[in-house]
Amino acid sequence: MRGRRAWLLSASLADLVFLYAPIAVLMLFSFNASRLSATWQGFTFQWYRLLIEDVALLAAVQNSLLVGVISTIIATVLGVSAAVSLERVPFRGQRVVEGALLLPLVIPEVMMGVALMLFFVLIKLPLSLVTVTIGHAAFNLPIVAVIVRARLHKLDPRLEEAARDLGATPWQAFRRVTLPLLMPAVLGGALMAFTISLDDFIVTFFTAGPGSTTLPLKVYSMVKSGVSPVINALSAILVLVSMALIGLSLALQREREGQK
Amino acid sequence: MSPSDPSTTLSDHSPISRRPTWLLLPPLAWLGAFFFVPLLLVLAISFATRGTYGGVEWTFSFANYVTMLDPLYLKIYLRSLALAVATTALCLLLGFPLAYYIARAPARWQGIWLLLVIIPFWTNFLVRTYAWMFILRTEGLMNTLLMGMGLIEHPIEILYSDTAVLIGLVYGYLPFMVLPLYAAVERLDRSVVEAAWDLYAPAWAVFRRVIWPLTKPGVIAGCILVFIPSLGAFITPDLLGGARTMMVGNLIQHEYLVARDWPFGSAISFVLMGLVLLGMLVYLKVERARQGDETVSWAGGDRQ
Repeated sequence: MRGRRAWLLSASLADLVFLYAPIAVLMLFSFNASRLSATWQGFTFQWYRLLIEDVALLAAVQNSLLVGVISTIIATVLGVSAAVSLERVPFRGQRVVEGALLLPLVIPEVMMGVALMLFFVLIKLPLSLVTVTIGHAAFNLPIVAVIVRARLHKLDPRLEEAARDLGATPWQAFRRVTLPLLMPAVLGGALMAFTISLDDFIVTFFTAGPGSTTLPLKVYSMVKSGVSPVINALSAILVLVSMALIGLSLALQREREGQK
Repeated sequence: MSPSDPSTTLSDHSPISRRPTWLLLPPLAWLGAFFFVPLLLVLAISFATRGTYGGVEWTFSFANYVTMLDPLYLKIYLRSLALAVATTALCLLLGFPLAYYIARAPARWQGIWLLLVIIPFWTNFLVRTYAWMFILRTEGLMNTLLMGMGLIEHPIEILYSDTAVLIGLVYGYLPFMVLPLYAAVERLDRSVVEAAWDLYAPAWAVFRRVIWPLTKPGVIAGCILVFIPSLGAFITPDLLGGARTMMVGNLIQHEYLVARDWPFGSAISFVLMGLVLLGMLVYLKVERARQGDETVSWAGGDRQ
């Protein structure tokens, strides 16, 4: 028994090392003084300084934030309305609609990218931050809908009914009773959508035009031109930012369960 | 009983069942315009032909689907398939012990372990792939360390090969395997496994005849969740693979942006999507069977 557990534990720890060592090594070497070699040559902050001075990088960050915020707002509003109308209104064809809503989550991202690019080119909408935002809202909508619906499913329908019995209009009952109860899921879903938008490369790659470089596109072009400690520094920052965002999202979802 | 069950609401005419259906229209319209119409366009164009200057000529033909049978392209499809299968197998091999350990750990540790599995998954994919470029390249960390320790005399050329792509894919999708496996092991009745041990079954038999049959639905779910994104991978083969290790995702990108043959690119994407949806259907079937009746898999396990 003890031997078996020890074996399982060491296999599990090996997996963790496999998952974390590359990220840790990347961050460690962002402080390495040598530009080219992978041997440690002393501690430096100079790669971070180079990052801060990179004007194009700053523009890319701004683009990413803009796309992230706007696409998240669209995806959240539409996702919540999809979740709300799918829950508790059994209607004919509901299964088809539900399947259609989930399809964007399963098809290969490359395919979604080329399909959107083809569409925008054919309707003659120039590829820009606008087309990127539209694409991000499209793949994030189902994600928000799924998260919000899971929470909605656990809510007691009698709460909203009670509000209606007490004379609230459907909108008032939704706005004052259901929505506040849904809020942790809505915020958690929105945060997740925002994170995915900030990280997205493939759909952005196909739908972005000249002058609409987002952060992942910038990272890609840097990576394509070769390994450099500046990318290590940028990676280290990105890792910390996504960890913070995910921590926040998980905290919101935990609160969601806590309220139950 | 779930709240959505009509019988839990006061009556069929309860206010909630009258929630306006038009609320469904805006999200459906958005997805319709920016997802389904583009998808249908891809389908339509896959039957067209490439114009002289890279545009699209609307003449109906199956030529693009026939071209795909060319050994040159078949090879890329087969390589993608082989890499996706190898990735799935390796993820299963690495993920099973981890999932088993987590599911059997004390409750308060389970959350922490699961979080540790999920965090890398939420880290930017480009960054995680770049990490392997940093480690695997000729003058990278691995070669520097190995040569420093005197284990090798010449650097190992591993970046830009199928091996590098495989490492990157396994690294990227391991969490997808661990989570459903964990859920399956968590549901597995401890006493059944204990009984097998008490009856002096050898370790392999306990695994093969008790644990494996009872966790099979989770195994299938995990395999499909890993297989699907591996098959359509783009970033990993693009950064870690060379020009000679193209996968379907790269071929699609190449046809669209480099060769500018949109009809052919569309045909390839459609075949890829078909394969993915096929995998998804199998997954849904397995899920439904599992939710349908737990005792069925029990009986299946006993008969072995």
